[in-house]
Amino acid sequence: MKINHPLLGPRNASEFTILGDAKLLQRPNTPERDQARVFYEYLYLRDNPIGQHQELWFHEQGDRSWLIVSRDTLTHEINNVELASKVIKKGQTQ
Amino acid sequence: MTQKNRIDGGLIDRNIPLNFTFDGKKYSGFHGDTLASALLANGINLVGRSFKYHRPRGIFTSDSSEPNALVELINEDTKEPNSRSTTIQLFDGLTAQSQNCWPSLKYDIQSINDCFAPLLTAGFYYKTFMWPKSFWERVYEPLIRRAAGLGELAPSTDPDHYDRGYRHCDLLIIGGGAAGLMAGLVAGREGLNTILVEEDFLFGGRLLGENEEIDGLQCHDWVANTVKELEAMPHVRLMPKTAVFGVFDQKTYFAIERLSDQINSVGPRQMIWEINTKHIILASGATERHIAFGNNDRPGVMLASAMRDYTNRFAVRTASRVAVFTSNDSGWLTARDLNQKGIEVAAIIDIRKKEEHQEIAKKNTQIPIYSEDQIIKVHGHNRVKAISLLNGAKISVDSIAVSGGWNPSIHLTCQHRQRPIWNEVISGFIANEAELPSGMKVAGAAKGIYATNLVLQDAMNQANAVLSELGHAPTKMMIPSANDDTYRGKTFWSVRETKQRAWVDFQNDVTTKDIRLAVQEGFYSVEHVKRYTTLGMATDQGKTSSVIGIGIIAETMNKSIEETGTTIFRAPYIPVAIGALSGPHSGKNFRPTRETPSHPFAVEQKAQFVESGAWLRSQYFPHANELHWQESVNREVLATRNNVGITDVSTLGKIDVQGTDAAAFLDKVYCNTITTLNMNRCRYGIMLREDGIVMDDGTVAHLAKNHFIVTTTTANAVQVYRHMEFCRQCLWPEMDVALISITEQWAQYAIAGPKSRHLLEKIIDNDHDISNSNFPYMACDEISICNGIRARLFRLSFSGEMAYELAVPARYSDALIRHIHEIGKTFDLTPYGTEALGVMRIEKGHAAGNELNGQTTAGDLGLGKMVSKKKDSIGSILSEREGLVDPMRHILVGVMPCDPQQKISSGSHIFASKSACTPSNDLGYITSVAYSPMSNSYIGLAMIKNGTNHIGGKLRAVNLLQNQDIDIEVTSPHFYDPKGERLRE
Amino acid sequence: MAYSAIKVIKEALTGHRGWKPLWRRPEPKSEYDIIVIGGGGHGLATAYYLASEYKNKKIAVLEKGWLGGGNIGRNTTIFRSNYLLHENEMFYEMSLKLWEQFEQDLNYNAMISQRGVINLFHSDAQRDAYVRRGNSMLINGADAILLNEAKLREKCPFLNYDNARFPIQGGLWQPRGGTIRHDAVAWGYARAADRLGVDIIENCEVTGFDIQNAKCNAVRTSRGTIKAKKFGVAVAGSSSAVMENAGLRLPIESHVLQAFVSEGLKPIIPGVITFGAGHFYISQSDKGGLVFGGDIDGYNSYAQRGNMAVVEDVCEGGMALMPMIGKARLLRMWGGVMDMSMDGSPIIDRTPIKGIYFNGGWCYGGFKATPASGKCFAHLLATDEHHPNASAYLLNRFEKGYMIDEKGMGAQPNLH
Repeated sequence: MKINHPLLGPRNASEFTILGDAKLLQRPNTPERDQARVFYEYLYLRDNPIGQHQELWFHEQGDRSWLIVSRDTLTHEINNVELASKVIKKGQTQ
Repeated sequence: MTQKNRIDGGLIDRNIPLNFTFDGKKYSGFHGDTLASALLANGINLVGRSFKYHRPRGIFTSDSSEPNALVELINEDTKEPNSRSTTIQLFDGLTAQSQNCWPSLKYDIQSINDCFAPLLTAGFYYKTFMWPKSFWERVYEPLIRRAAGLGELAPSTDPDHYDRGYRHCDLLIIGGGAAGLMAGLVAGREGLNTILVEEDFLFGGRLLGENEEIDGLQCHDWVANTVKELEAMPHVRLMPKTAVFGVFDQKTYFAIERLSDQINSVGPRQMIWEINTKHIILASGATERHIAFGNNDRPGVMLASAMRDYTNRFAVRTASRVAVFTSNDSGWLTARDLNQKGIEVAAIIDIRKKEEHQEIAKKNTQIPIYSEDQIIKVHGHNRVKAISLLNGAKISVDSIAVSGGWNPSIHLTCQHRQRPIWNEVISGFIANEAELPSGMKVAGAAKGIYATNLVLQDAMNQANAVLSELGHAPTKMMIPSANDDTYRGKTFWSVRETKQRAWVDFQNDVTTKDIRLAVQEGFYSVEHVKRYTTLGMATDQGKTSSVIGIGIIAETMNKSIEETGTTIFRAPYIPVAIGALSGPHSGKNFRPTRETPSHPFAVEQKAQFVESGAWLRSQYFPHANELHWQESVNREVLATRNNVGITDVSTLGKIDVQGTDAAAFLDKVYCNTITTLNMNRCRYGIMLREDGIVMDDGTVAHLAKNHFIVTTTTANAVQVYRHMEFCRQCLWPEMDVALISITEQWAQYAIAGPKSRHLLEKIIDNDHDISNSNFPYMACDEISICNGIRARLFRLSFSGEMAYELAVPARYSDALIRHIHEIGKTFDLTPYGTEALGVMRIEKGHAAGNELNGQTTAGDLGLGKMVSKKKDSIGSILSEREGLVDPMRHILVGVMPCDPQQKISSGSHIFASKSACTPSNDLGYITSVAYSPMSNSYIGLAMIKNGTNHIGGKLRAVNLLQNQDIDIEVTSPHFYDPKGERLRE
Repeated sequence: MAYSAIKVIKEALTGHRGWKPLWRRPEPKSEYDIIVIGGGGHGLATAYYLASEYKNKKIAVLEKGWLGGGNIGRNTTIFRSNYLLHENEMFYEMSLKLWEQFEQDLNYNAMISQRGVINLFHSDAQRDAYVRRGNSMLINGADAILLNEAKLREKCPFLNYDNARFPIQGGLWQPRGGTIRHDAVAWGYARAADRLGVDIIENCEVTGFDIQNAKCNAVRTSRGTIKAKKFGVAVAGSSSAVMENAGLRLPIESHVLQAFVSEGLKPIIPGVITFGAGHFYISQSDKGGLVFGGDIDGYNSYAQRGNMAVVEDVCEGGMALMPMIGKARLLRMWGGVMDMSMDGSPIIDRTPIKGIYFNGGWCYGGFKATPASGKCFAHLLATDEHHPNASAYLLNRFEKGYMIDEKGMGAQPNLH
């Protein structure tokens, strides 16, 4: 599998470590009444889709960026790769 | 040494004779031969035995799909089992022997199985061997196992080397036959960076064995000219003896190159290539298939096209009198070529009506033709002797050329679970063009185009399409003139009137009866039939058998081929050696070894080393008079506790954290508070996973304003850094903080013991005051040593003694350790290893790897109060879940044997006295054990249910595995200096 | 029909004309008592035990494709009960005991081969962990033997003792572990369940659940709507997709695990051997093929195929451990879709929707669990009580904090 790193170009997936579902970016950060429940859902429940999946890969043997990779779980086609920090910062300014 | 069946012509070099040995007898062949062609040239037809019935078998194909003629290649005490004699390029000194037979190939005792064939049908095993119950394990299974397998693996280390490589191109062409060469010419002349791979040692594919003209040249001469032109192009790389075996994601193709067939070869024997390409033209051709008829597995039965290869390419007379049995025109070409070489063709038996084959029949006027006829039975045992036809005729022949049509080699189009489409016109499966792997085009026979002129045309079209996608103009080349015979044939699978067994899968001995029985027993899916009969699961991966099998299932069930479907195609296209796939990573080179910068010094000190992940660490430093490692470890502990010791802690993970938000960031990743940590002070810190379980522990040193150094355990250094980068980049990217791992950039030594300060004072530069008042426990600072060398000093203690950790840039490490040891002589400085470190940390009750096992909470480790409730940090919320604060959780305690002479063992489970050893009575387990020279007893750390309440009580450490049942006392985990006075002195 | 020695011989002499299909092909009825969704090993075993032990009538198994086409048809055939935590060990030991009875119970020979399972250790810490584990096994009535290096050399002289990057110190041996002809398990359960009246319906895909007031009354399938009182979902690999139809999200991700078979070779590997310093385990089949595997690829996948990095990693482990296998050729490889749960342990439980019961999250331990999973799931479906040996496999354990995390890897499914 090849990941087209936004800064470094196509790289072998074996240079990376995968964490999993990109929903892990959405760590609950507002005080909730039932924080335990919210954190449980955040950490444990997954959509696990057949098809498009956004996931987090770490370029461990490279530039150490965390990437958000949009990959199809049925075909393994990758149609988008972005720096996680960039996406989040964009989200925060909007 | 005569090659009695060698005839004129062929693509062999008679100037290079080669000697070889088969089953102990010496023979000769020529350069350009395969082992199979050389055997045939020497009149050897019996080469192997089948898997189940041990039937005698000959050479059936001329390529890697060979199901029968597998041999063991031998070199001294090494051998390669299951080698296809049809693909091994003959070399001088080649030694091979037949396999799966005893005592000899000709007289194989296990061929008795053939007499029990009526019993040994598909599914036989599942229905029997059940009575009496105990017999399965004691009698039946050992018997079945003994008979298993084909070739034999030598039990010694594989002496060969293997390697891996990477290649990149615009266009990868798979297959170097007519289509591949033509596509290569087009792409090459237009300057594309092209790789052309071919499994055979010669390019040309079918053109090497055919008797036709291209551009007015004999086709193999056209091949030679084309190869010469391609070889001269710097941007075209030709890779013969290379087979692409797998299509992986993002256009990554894997190929195996057989650099040498010799065993224990000079240099790598085989190489795995990862080829990254933009475009792919699959020109893998087609393979001929056979027909199932009575005793069709006898030596002498051969694919019609293979017989042409042996005749035309290898100049071998495979038989003296041949019958051709065919459903299409291919058989007729064989008859024609044999005839031309003076080999008698006794009959052409064509299943088609006369009018269906009259076109081709015009070219074969002298041979007796049997239209609408079939071979129902082969006579002969170790060699074909005669055939009986449906019409009653019996013809004496010693060989049969069989053709049941062609299967386009679509394997690589379907490895991503695509389903091929049945094409009745060519009577074969072709790829579904709508579902091809990304970037792939199929050309020529691989998509069912068989006439050579159309193949060349199609290859040019596909290459032009690639050119246009890459922004090039189409080629101006002309298509060479070539043979325009299109495929004419009829779909035909098996001779139904046959009473004998008719083989579908030769190697696995699957006959038409087995398939019909499977269907009768309700196995309707192709997948079921395959699994029930083992059809297509032989070493040829079904290349010779699968499609016929599907045809017979369809016939039996009265379904169409489409409805019947295929099994799933999976990599590898051809079997690939495990050694090749592992590349150079064997033996000590399995994984890299990490050594600390002062490793050479430790070697000089005669350290024993231990693997700690990828690291090698000093385990202990034995003295010549010490007989047991325990003696060395006791000495190292006592010397450190009473005097001063030094150990290399460079393997600990070290992460440099800087930025205006550094402290706030660390507050997020550590469960305890860091923002209150003063400058020049250290703090013990615990990181939780988000699920509230302890991830790692270490120290945080506030070295300067907005600058921290945190340490991790050796084992978790990589994961912790990854996690912190996750927190920084993914959770709190707005924070001003930067991280960098400095594990390898800084070497670090722990200097521990009552004299550690005195020793250090001799090393550090005078302007630094490290007196207890100025540099107390948990102090840290940037200092200089040895006249101005930059260093960092931390007053940390894992041993429980007054202790320091001194860090220097890695390049000074070796000089520093030597200098310290020189200075240390006056203090009786003792180097200590991980064992003594472990003893001292158990004496102090510090949790380490065995306790930080990913299952324990801070509370379990007695550190629950460190989890701050006043702030949000990773894991703090979920650490409060019911199950993680359950009073019945296992809590860290100390344990000691009631009798100090007794040795308790790590891994023992804890039970109350007199309670039975049942799961419900199990109170916990011992995690770490050491002999404590300070306590004169073995001591241990244990995780015990509601452990704190057991302190002072007595329990049992039960180790059923090693027959131990020892009374123990439960204590606080702090065995030594529980108040921590020594480390503050 | 029952198989017996006499029957086998009689059929051999009469051209095998008397063998009947192993299971019927009934049309689905409009209503059943219990519908088991998933005609893999677990589903078929569940139906068999529902019919045989709990005497349930009117049971159907719905299978979207061909029977036994999931992970029961795609695994490395190993069974063992060498677990660390009691919650797992008691369950897998129950399973092992059921395997030992399989052929007699089902009158079908799945060629159960108890040639032992050895897990190697390469460090003191690993040995300590195996001692703890071995004791857990013995406490639960399983068998376990600790082998030191000398004893291991006697059993497995071909391992790399003298030129290893991670020297072998010994192994934890479970003599009763071994391998089974995996497809035969599916066929054996299917045949036995069919003989007890269970309707096994292939090519019948569940496309939805009819749920009213948090209660399920029927399933919609590619062959029509079928009513039942209870629905047992046993579709590991596709759990998330099927349960999404019931509006549930699961603590599960789907991952690909690759496995490999070599060409047939004369017997050389005794039992199952697992490398402790790399991702590699191996056994040899009755036919002579080396059956081996390693770690999951690590990314979510339903593709049923993996990538080469793992293939190479596994082969490197193989060569590091037993350098004689270099010339054995990898013949077939495949990828199975694993239900990777959040703690590495399975789930056998009710769901928030009345009438729907869930069995999944087997990670790569599902094959060996087949009989116990079937029996415990049948127990739950029949009695609405958890079987005592599976009482910890609850869906809410993650929310409550009672994880069963053998490897201590936390809520990251690809690490289990």
